[in-house]
Amino acid sequence: MSHIVIDKERCKGCYLCIDECPKKLLKVGKDVNSLGVHLVEFCDPNHECLGCAMCATRCPDMAIKEVYRG
Amino acid sequence: MTTLTQTFKVPESIKKGSKFSFCPGCDHGVAVRLVAEVLDELNLRENTIAVASIGCSVTLYDFLEVDSLEAPHGRALAEATGIKRARPDKFVFTYQGDGDFASIGMAESMHCALRGENVTAICINNTTYGMTGGQLGPTTLLGQVTTTSPTGRNVEYYGYPVKIAEHVALCDGTAYSARVSLDTVPNIKKAKAAIKKACEIQLKGLGFSFVEILSTCPTNWRMSPQQAHNRVREEMMPVFKPGVYKDITEKEL
Repeated sequence: MSHIVIDKERCKGCYLCIDECPKKLLKVGKDVNSLGVHLVEFCDPNHECLGCAMCATRCPDMAIKEVYRG
Repeated sequence: MTTLTQTFKVPESIKKGSKFSFCPGCDHGVAVRLVAEVLDELNLRENTIAVASIGCSVTLYDFLEVDSLEAPHGRALAEATGIKRARPDKFVFTYQGDGDFASIGMAESMHCALRGENVTAICINNTTYGMTGGQLGPTTLLGQVTTTSPTGRNVEYYGYPVKIAEHVALCDGTAYSARVSLDTVPNIKKAKAAIKKACEIQLKGLGFSFVEILSTCPTNWRMSPQQAHNRVREEMMPVFKPGVYKDITEKEL
C-alpha cells in the first residue's frame, strides 16, 4: 500500500505539498510541532496514494522523508 | 501482500538529523537537496570539497556531509580555483546566491569562467538579498519593490538586472551554462538534470560549468510560498528565461 512518512519536526508549514498531491490526500492537520506549526496530515482512507513522490519532491525541508509505492 | 518500493528518501549526502535553517517555503531547501541527490548518484560524497559563500547559502556545510570551506563574500570561485589547482583529483563546487555571485563576486566569478577553471558553480537567483532583509540586488527586476528601492527599481537610478547565465555562457572558458527553475515538480526534475550535467562536465575535465537556479524568497517578497511560485512563473521567467545557454558537449554529437 503506497504511503508517505512525515517527519513532524522538519515541517515548517509552507503547505506547498497540499497543492502538489494529484489525489488531494494532504491537508492541514490539528497537531502542532515544537515550532507551533500546524502539521500536514496524510489522509488516505481509500488507499488512493500513487507513491508518485511529487509531494516529497516539492517539500523544501524534506519533511516528507520517505515515500513508498506498492 | 504487495512489495513496497521506496520512491523517495532523504539523500545520504544530507547530514543525519540536520534541519534546514531556511524560511518556510524557501526553494533553497530544494536546491540543497538536489545537490545532495546528485552527489549520491555520482558517488562523489567522499571525494568532494564544497565551497560555501555568504548569504542564505552560508550554512551549507551544516547540511551536506562533505568537506567544505567557507569563502569570504563573493570569493567562493577564487577559493574554489585554489582548491582545484592544489587538489585536481577532488570534485569542487560552489553554492552561491545571486548577490554573492553577481554583485560583490562578479569579478571573481567571471574571471573564473574566463580562465575555464574546472569547477562547478551553482547560483541561486531570488532577485533580492534574502539574508540581510530584502535589499535591492543585482538581479532585482525592474519595478520590484525592495527595502532599498521602496518605489520600485527604475532604470534611471539603478540600471538593469544582470542575466547571469547568458553572461557566463559568453565566456570562452565556460563548458556548460544553464538556467533552471524550481517552481513546479517537472522543473525541479529538469533542475536536477542540469546540476547532474554540470557535475559530469567537471568530472570529464571540460571546463567551467554553471547552473543558475530561479528560487523564491517568500519572506522578503512578502508573499505566501504559493504566490512566490506564481511570481517566479509570471514575472521572473519572462526576463530570466530558463534554458541551456552553452553546452560544449552537444557539438561532439
